Amino acid sequence: MSETRLMKGNEAIGEAAIVAGCRYYFGYPITPQTELMEYMAKRMPQIEGVFLQAESEIAAINMVYGAAGAGARVMTSSSSPGISLKAEGISYCAGAELPCVIVNIMRGGPGLGSIQPAQADYFQATKGGGHGDHRNIVLAPNSVQEMADLTMLSFELADKYRNPVMLLGDGALGQMMEPVNLEEKPLVPQEKPWAANGQGERAKPNVINSLYLKPEQLEAHNIHLQNKYQKIMEQECRWEEFNVEDAEVIVVAYGITSRIARSAVEMARRDGLKVGLFRPISLWPFPSERLLTLAQQTKAFLVSELSAGQMIEDVRLATKQIKPVHFYGRMGGMMPSSREIYNQINLILKEKEAVK
Amino acid sequence: MTHEMILAGFGGQGVMVMGQLLTYAGMLEGAHVSWIPSYGPEMRGGTANCSVIISQEPIGSPIVTEATAVVAMNLPSFEKFESSLSPGGILILNSSLIDRKSKRDDIKTYNVPANEIASSLGDARMANMVALGALNAALGYVVDTSRIMEAFKKIFAKKPAIIAPNELAILAGNKHIAV
Repeated sequence: MSETRLMKGNEAIGEAAIVAGCRYYFGYPITPQTELMEYMAKRMPQIEGVFLQAESEIAAINMVYGAAGAGARVMTSSSSPGISLKAEGISYCAGAELPCVIVNIMRGGPGLGSIQPAQADYFQATKGGGHGDHRNIVLAPNSVQEMADLTMLSFELADKYRNPVMLLGDGALGQMMEPVNLEEKPLVPQEKPWAANGQGERAKPNVINSLYLKPEQLEAHNIHLQNKYQKIMEQECRWEEFNVEDAEVIVVAYGITSRIARSAVEMARRDGLKVGLFRPISLWPFPSERLLTLAQQTKAFLVSELSAGQMIEDVRLATKQIKPVHFYGRMGGMMPSSREIYNQINLILKEKEAVK
Repeated sequence: MTHEMILAGFGGQGVMVMGQLLTYAGMLEGAHVSWIPSYGPEMRGGTANCSVIISQEPIGSPIVTEATAVVAMNLPSFEKFESSLSPGGILILNSSLIDRKSKRDDIKTYNVPANEIASSLGDARMANMVALGALNAALGYVVDTSRIMEAFKKIFAKKPAIIAPNELAILAGNKHIAV
């Protein structure tokens, strides 16, 4: 039975992971994601799952490597500086093709930065994050309900592609409370014939490894990975559109910023301005094709992020810059108001007017 | 109608739970709701605040910058958020701890001696519930008091003894506005 509950984003991730069959959680506390860890500490023993506070983020991601290698659904979570520490392990998981879910509830950086919300880890999340040619599937929720829904999807995609999936939120989404409905779905046991879970009837034991000393073999492995990434790019792009059909300016924003942007777009529409919103839900793969189509019909883009401008590079690449791509961002834990974004929209429209 | 509220005080005055109760009650009424705290070092001894939105429409930004109502439980909160109120907004001012009056004439201010009222009911710690009752009444009852109590019983399921006194505190807050 499902019931609507008022939950923090961090807690919703935890409960959704459990609903998705995650029984192993390894982590190390850091604000603003600690409620997720706290939630797992409380819930895992109740369902005979494993909760373990590791001695460090590095230890936690390597425990994830172990559990995923044995075929379990497993999750770790952290916030920006902690994710940097996990980078080596994430690359190992990608290399060994281990399905796992890594949650990053971003905070201001660089360095220890602050504990306030930010989106400055976009490059790190979407361009691999660790060493070597690897990609994480990256999903960016914008509500507590989506924190839950996309957590469940993360586990599915991780298993489907044998690939790490990163759920990319921020301090605001982690801390805020909204109604959330967790629908219990019957769990289909995943066949993982590659898992190192005992030799059993197999002729040879399964080995989980990312080491290929022969260059020919490592190149072949890389080609295999790239083919997989290509397939993911073709099949797993996700996005949401709002009032884009006749829009002269399309705001592009993800996560918490997309909500602030949506309020700005509504404000603009009330004033009769033709403005829309494009929200990437999968940041990798990035919904480039759709953006290019929109670029042909709109007059300008405004990218808004809690960073100095990171996703904007993907928007420029996607749209081949056939239309101007403007930027408005705040940094260091500062959040723009809807009116700030609205004012930027107005500036762009006025410039267009002046050019005419 | 969209109510965008900022509830503020010092850490320990219970502004977070006040916001959560209101949010929870709004959810029980079937409205769109969101609650977001300010979090960070300022919670230790300084000001703590949360944004609460209760709306008939889906909620865009959960962060309130142009409030339709502000509850200020102490002076720093009053100084910080008085200017966040939109014209026509409602200010609930805890006059037990704030000896200043609002200078704005484009808002409606209610001076509520929340600590005194709570003390007269037996526990000054219920000042937040008095303020909550006052806020809800001043807004023309955004949520039914029974919904707040339903939320209260869920959040404080392990402390049944405090339910009745807190309900009295909420009702006292209602009454202060009605007078």
